[in-house]
Amino acid sequence: MKNTPFTQKHIALGAKMAPFAGYNMPISYSGINDEHATVRKAVGVFDVSHMGEFILKGEGALALIQKVTSNDASKLKNGQAQYSCLPNEQGGIVDDLLVYCVEENKVYMLVVNASNIEKDWNWISKHNTDNVEMHNISDKTALLAVQGPEATKVIQSLTSMDVLNLKYYTFAKGVFAGVENVLISATGYTGAGGVEIYFEDVNGAADKIWDAIFEAGASYGIKPIGLGARDTLRLEMGFCLYGNDIDDQTSPLEAGLGWITKFTKEFTAKSILEQQKAAGVTRKLVGFEMIDKGIPRHHYEIKTATGETIGFVTSGTQSPSLSKAIGMGYVQTGYATIDSEIFVAVRDKLLKAKVVKFPFA
Amino acid sequence: MSYPANLKYTKDHEWISLEGNVATVGITQFAQGELGDIVYVEIETVGKSLAAEAVFGTVEAVKTVSDLFLPVAGTITEFNAALNGAPELVNNDPYGEGWMIKMTVDNPADVEALMDAEAYKSLVGA
Repeated sequence: MKNTPFTQKHIALGAKMAPFAGYNMPISYSGINDEHATVRKAVGVFDVSHMGEFILKGEGALALIQKVTSNDASKLKNGQAQYSCLPNEQGGIVDDLLVYCVEENKVYMLVVNASNIEKDWNWISKHNTDNVEMHNISDKTALLAVQGPEATKVIQSLTSMDVLNLKYYTFAKGVFAGVENVLISATGYTGAGGVEIYFEDVNGAADKIWDAIFEAGASYGIKPIGLGARDTLRLEMGFCLYGNDIDDQTSPLEAGLGWITKFTKEFTAKSILEQQKAAGVTRKLVGFEMIDKGIPRHHYEIKTATGETIGFVTSGTQSPSLSKAIGMGYVQTGYATIDSEIFVAVRDKLLKAKVVKFPFA
Repeated sequence: MSYPANLKYTKDHEWISLEGNVATVGITQFAQGELGDIVYVEIETVGKSLAAEAVFGTVEAVKTVSDLFLPVAGTITEFNAALNGAPELVNNDPYGEGWMIKMTVDNPADVEALMDAEAYKSLVGA
């Protein structure tokens, strides 16, 4: 099992640790509800160094990205990032990712899910017919997400880069907490605002940055946050989790990712997805909240009042912010409209739920 | 972590305390810590007579769900209704206000045969 540059810090802080995507990761510290509230109300720090980063360089880099991703990366200017996905040949999803434009037409960074690093690398390599220079910098890249309404104030106090005015999905590169070559982007997976900080862990940079952030954040009540609260935070926003809500079998259109599927350019499975769009999808990913008491979980079946199966749950939890049970799942299109009554099979019972709008909170 | 000496324990991480043939049952300090923030305790077996190790309910934490197993054979007589509004009592006070059920025990000797605090501590490495 791999460690991140922060594994010893997590253990020293008393985190509950568990293997995730081959890494020894912190699941929680003070408890999921407390950590969740910290991010919604103040500021929290996530170690997400397990995520994968690829650099694509040179002449054909943009053309390769355009070919393998569904969003239109030609729209990106220097310092802009974009949410996208890698469709497979059948119109399913190899992975979802962020595309960072470091230097227009020349240098791009792709940020992919930890569990898919090898799969994505092989997939993009297979489509790299013009010998674009590719580097997998995942192992040497540390990544901290500092999230919450107070996050940018804490981060601003450690750099001369203009973090406070960094627009959503843009980034800057410079000196941070005395460490050079740090990339700060106004992105995240919580909906609480804040930044993600990428850097290479050389000369004790990881320790230096972690300690500086916690010192600067002390007066704001900063806390370390585990993967448990990362999941409840993203779920409240209706953000997809690869392996739960999207996978090789789900199309971006079914998953509500039509907004990152641009038919104005060529890409893998474009024609399949175009047909799907024209014909209309037969199932859709929806958000729902429980009316009856119970908690939906991944793989539970979604049914009608009479017990006919119409879909399945992909994610579910008790929402710490709303104090009610919420979930996401695929249902037949006829049941996907807001306020549709659906039922979740929880153990031996059918519990009533209703389809609601994203985000939940 | 604390494991009161006056209780008996099961390998499924329940505790039981017996007075006459009436017992109180809950989950241990270790179990609540492993589950994390508990959000729902569902017990719909009040009035039922069940065998030892039968599932008498489920406990839902934010991230996970776990069955509850009856420590010994008997009849469930009461559910701690305070848990409906405040399931976090199980986290905060697992041996006190976070108790889950009361039951009449078929054979009080079954309780005696369960693990004592020392044996349970070594099971969970405490």
